[in-house]
Amino acid sequence: MESLNSPTITELRKTSLNALHRRLGAKMVNFGGWDMPVEYPSSGGLVAEHRAVRGGVGVFDVSHMGDIRIRNGRRAGGALAAVQHLSMNDASRLAVGQAHYSALLYAEGTFVDDVIVHRLGEDDFLLVINAGTREKDIAWVRANTEDFDCVVEDLSDDYTQIAMQGPRAVDVLQSLTEASLRGIKNYWFTHGTVCGLKDTLIARTGYTGEDGFEIYVPSEKTTSEQVWTRVIDAGREFGIVPCGLGARNTLRLEAKMALYGHEISEKVNVWEAGLGRYCKMEKGEFVGRDALERAKAAGLTRTLVGIEMVERGIARDEYRCFSETGEAIGVVTSGSPSPTLGKNIALAYVPPAMAALGTILSVEIRSQKCKAQVVPTPFYKRAKKAADPHSAKMA
Amino acid sequence: MAYPAKYRYTKQHEWVDVNGDIATIGITDYAQHELGDVVFVELPKPGAKITAGKSFGTVESVKAVSEIYAPASGEVVEANGELQNTPEKVNSDPHGAAWLIKVRLANPAELKELMDAPAYEAFIADKGKEASA
Repeated sequence: MESLNSPTITELRKTSLNALHRRLGAKMVNFGGWDMPVEYPSSGGLVAEHRAVRGGVGVFDVSHMGDIRIRNGRRAGGALAAVQHLSMNDASRLAVGQAHYSALLYAEGTFVDDVIVHRLGEDDFLLVINAGTREKDIAWVRANTEDFDCVVEDLSDDYTQIAMQGPRAVDVLQSLTEASLRGIKNYWFTHGTVCGLKDTLIARTGYTGEDGFEIYVPSEKTTSEQVWTRVIDAGREFGIVPCGLGARNTLRLEAKMALYGHEISEKVNVWEAGLGRYCKMEKGEFVGRDALERAKAAGLTRTLVGIEMVERGIARDEYRCFSETGEAIGVVTSGSPSPTLGKNIALAYVPPAMAALGTILSVEIRSQKCKAQVVPTPFYKRAKKAADPHSAKMA
Repeated sequence: MAYPAKYRYTKQHEWVDVNGDIATIGITDYAQHELGDVVFVELPKPGAKITAGKSFGTVESVKAVSEIYAPASGEVVEANGELQNTPEKVNSDPHGAAWLIKVRLANPAELKELMDAPAYEAFIADKGKEASA
């Protein structure tokens, strides 16, 4: 046996929870230059972790994610103007305490990175960015805000970011904070005391397609380990398990959430990636807008679709797709067995003419063409919660 | 999980159990543990020729594809068809029910190159040290 994608070992970066993951016996991998847990045999492995998040709760160390804070310089409005220039979504529509999905784009309308923008204050924003693109993103943000009256700070090393995900995440976190979590809507956040740590950022965000929270605590090692341990202790009655990047990937794929370097990259534009609903052309100027206008007029040459294998075989990243007549038409960006659906699913770029639901195509798996078909996405969508007595009272 | 004393082992984590001129081949407990949840096994059909050191099939877990290398050369006489519907057996019983193929050996002398159980256990213990260094 030899893995076809064994990581190359270089100087890997570590989060403050690295030693704890190793004590837990996690299998570690190189993810974008970071030494991260891919799965925990003590949790039962990837599939058990995935199921825990869909049915109960799981906890992830996502401290490798980066954080950029943008605040006003001398004049009011500088930070908002900078964020509007830097990102494709309309940050002026965010209330203080609200967050949204957005992206930083090159002038070509392709992706520097995708980001979550949090409006901390009227003129105070926090951009959460990907691990593998940290340096590039920060350099790009600095270069593109030179003409704006704002202050850009790289806070990436200041936080340990812990994600609690799953229908019971709210119960676990509620036992560790006095902040009222029921009142926080999806993609909103608050500051509160968590595990005795004052003023902790608590956001109802995640990357799993499930309800959940992400908290940002000081990256000091002892503090980080204490918070993690308290989360595990509080979650025990709900069956919480530590989850690695393996489950994070299958969860986000089922929910059709993009992964940088796969669905989105410097070679893919917003329309191709199907992320137009987060791109607000009407808000005015932003980096990449002109190119996107031209691309829209020119029309799509490829588009991201969800596919499901019809024949036996697992489509994997970078496998090639063919039409029924054998013509090469595109490539898989992410592919995996879906633990929730029990099917082999994938995302792929194909020409628009091949994108209609039900279209039959094939994926080349070790030089054999295996039949697949285009299916609706997201592959998995969580059921709408039944009326909650707390939210009913608030309404 | 114990490594049967009767088996011989490769550095790519396959095991081979020889009975007369027939060798049964599988992957080791260490290998299944490294792979994680096995969801797919692809094996050659009876009659296929395999060559020592060359890939003869694949085992896939949720997260990765792994090639399986032949510990010795020969002709496949049987493939474990059970694994098509129950690939998870590779995780639960890698040294027993989840054997992969049976081969009529072409050159039994090739097996002399392989490790015995104590040597293999020492080999994977070293790998463990590397990983946690």
